[in-house]
Amino acid sequence: MTRPFVLTRRRALQLGAVGPAVAASTALQAQPARAPLQIVGPWEIGGLAPANSGYVFTRMQITETLMEAGDDGTPLPGLAERWRVSADGLVWHFTLRSAARFHDGTPVTAAAVVRCLQAARVAPALLSLAPIRSLEADGSGVVVVRLASPHGGLPALLAHSSTMVLAPSSYGSGGEVKAVLGSGPYRVVSLAPPQQVEAAVFEGYDGARPAVERVRYLTVGRSETRALMAEGGQADLAYGLDPASLVRLRKRGRVRVDTVTLPRTAILKVNAGLPALKDRRVRQALSLCIDRAGIAKALLRDPELSATQLFPPTLKAWHDPTLPPLIHDPGSAARLLAEAGWRRAADGLRDASGRPLQLSLRTFPDRPELPVIASALQEQWRQAGIAVQVNVGNSGDIPLGHRDGSLQLGLAARNYCTVPDPTGTLMQDFTAAGGDWGAMGWRSDALVQALSELSRGTSSAERAAALRARVTAVLQAELPVIPVTWYRQQVAVSGRVTGVSLDPLERSYRLSAMRWSA
Amino acid sequence: MSGKRTAWAGILLRRAVQIVALGLLVGTVCFFMARSLPGDMATRIAAGRYGYDLVSNAAADAVRIELGLDRPLWLALLQWWGEIARLDLGTSLVTGNSVWSEVVHQLGATIDLAVASLAVAVVVGLPLGTWSGLHAGGCIDRLTLALAVVLRAVPPFLLAVLLMVLVAVRLGALPVAGDHHVGSVLLPALTLGLGLAAGLARVTRAAMREAAASPSFEFARTKGLSDRQALVRHGLRQAAAPVVAYLGVHAVFLVEGAVVVETLFAWPGIGHALVHAVFGRDVPMIQGAALCMGLLFVVFNLLVDAGCLALDPRRRRGEAA
Repeated sequence: MTRPFVLTRRRALQLGAVGPAVAASTALQAQPARAPLQIVGPWEIGGLAPANSGYVFTRMQITETLMEAGDDGTPLPGLAERWRVSADGLVWHFTLRSAARFHDGTPVTAAAVVRCLQAARVAPALLSLAPIRSLEADGSGVVVVRLASPHGGLPALLAHSSTMVLAPSSYGSGGEVKAVLGSGPYRVVSLAPPQQVEAAVFEGYDGARPAVERVRYLTVGRSETRALMAEGGQADLAYGLDPASLVRLRKRGRVRVDTVTLPRTAILKVNAGLPALKDRRVRQALSLCIDRAGIAKALLRDPELSATQLFPPTLKAWHDPTLPPLIHDPGSAARLLAEAGWRRAADGLRDASGRPLQLSLRTFPDRPELPVIASALQEQWRQAGIAVQVNVGNSGDIPLGHRDGSLQLGLAARNYCTVPDPTGTLMQDFTAAGGDWGAMGWRSDALVQALSELSRGTSSAERAAALRARVTAVLQAELPVIPVTWYRQQVAVSGRVTGVSLDPLERSYRLSAMRWSA
Repeated sequence: MSGKRTAWAGILLRRAVQIVALGLLVGTVCFFMARSLPGDMATRIAAGRYGYDLVSNAAADAVRIELGLDRPLWLALLQWWGEIARLDLGTSLVTGNSVWSEVVHQLGATIDLAVASLAVAVVVGLPLGTWSGLHAGGCIDRLTLALAVVLRAVPPFLLAVLLMVLVAVRLGALPVAGDHHVGSVLLPALTLGLGLAAGLARVTRAAMREAAASPSFEFARTKGLSDRQALVRHGLRQAAAPVVAYLGVHAVFLVEGAVVVETLFAWPGIGHALVHAVFGRDVPMIQGAALCMGLLFVVFNLLVDAGCLALDPRRRRGEAA
């Protein structure tokens, strides 16, 4: 026998108290099993201009670039299904996919592509680095790029998100981007900068139809929150996890953690123009004092991230396993310093002719691990008799210090694959005059020549490999920048999805390859 | 009736002057603070636009020229004052969008959060405070005191993480963060509202005790009203004025708390936007966001004034309360 329900005052109060939570909870649980695939990450949507936030839309496969890239940076077809370059390397032809359509239903034409590329050429965008003389549409399906000098890195530049191709209707009358209408397998359903974008499958896409119908990206600034969202089942893919959260997630085992090594390295930019740092032995001693394995294990919780050379193994073409690795050897460091004239004084610090070996190091907290690594370095160098003052400011302090010559040491995390081919980044960092994030007061003609030849595009793969080997050998021996640790992207993956693979170049979430678990 | 109109006119005039003064003051202070932050402004803005991987001296120079950052300080300030006079908050240096359009979107989310937090504070704090005031020294009174001490002592950051872990992850009852679920507002509202509820409960208790001991309350019972009737008709009204005033004063707690809570819960409000703008050295956004937060505070106070006016007839007649 069931008792009749009587709404007493007490019961009404109870309902009132727990009602909102229960209602919200029920609503949460009542979400359809196929709610959008939720991605959370730290990257904000800073406007619609391709140079600002193009990467958000290319990663979501909403927009496409002319070129794509494999995991190792090899150029692959994108919106351009094929391409060819003239014998003199000055004229490139990119043939577009004939069936490609923008999300407003209009065909992707060469004229539309040219318009986007013209906008992407405005300095300081990366495409402005290419010696482009003209961009032309040859009919509706071929884009012709004429160069002033050969530039083998052009396909890599055309794979950068700032060159993403948008429909003409995306632009306002003043040329500003007012909507994101791309040509990828997903189209924007709702956009709420700086935090959210939701996309659904684009039925007019000329390639394979993705299995996941809807996807949503949410910017979540705090890594702890992202980890909790993954753990609580609210996020299917949570990017950018901090070491402490990773330990917890692995211990609890509710979600899988996938990892991929990134082409990013924590480097010490060294002002080799200073009397103390001009001597290669001092730079080598600074490097030998660094306990990279300790830093990687204790601070990054991942011993494999100890950098044995500048380029991590994920950059297969540039990582040279035959190079003698950078090691921790305080004894050798002491010997090199003594040879260079820096001997321990009574206070334990090294000095040469009464000049103490005192340096200042600038870093910034945009990447939270950098100030912590800087403190570890400070202590390791102190033990070797080198006094280092750490200044935590903002990321602009390092390029500024390079310009005005005030920088002594700078700790930064450098991405060598801003575009899939690191040559362009290296050209910026190691020119004869140095680079904002690279060499300072140091030059190597051999390195500049090798990079110039690589940049022009070489005749054979063997020659290119030999040039890359020369570059890595010079950097390892001379240490104009001192590698400290590599980076790994750590992503919490829910059991709801399969087919997840991580892009080491961080160009795409590879959503179209994902499926819902059965 | 004319007394009521005069009182209202006085309040509105006072608040209108406050809004203008606050706008100029907050905007100007933010302007100087943003400009005096260490580091190069153009580089910081370039980092906000392109990400620090692509920051270079060339990018900073391009930004400096585009935004005229080399102009004298006074000229830039005069320009901002001119824009404010035309009710134009300018354009975000990072996104290139109008500050109004960004702020309006974010302000809505912050108001949602503030209202939900106030609701939590009122729902939790008022009944506990009323009961404690009427049953001083009892179990619930002592328990409320202990809870109030704990809740006021726990920083919002810690409370937020505790709620996330316990309610969202362990129980799975509510979303951890974001704003696209029905119950998304509850955890950030609890984080902000519980601290406010703690103070509210104590203020309500004190006001209730005072009201219960007042001659008017005693007279109401003497003339034959039951305890409940005396409470509803006289006690609550008498105790309400200090409670409403407390809420007004502590509205600033909601506004400043929103900065932390919105960032933690990825709530797309103005506090989160302000933090982002400070990191990106986006001066117009900083000024716009701070201005709107200040205006929100003035509006809260206006509502409190209206509440006090409605509750206390002496104010309508211009007598001292």
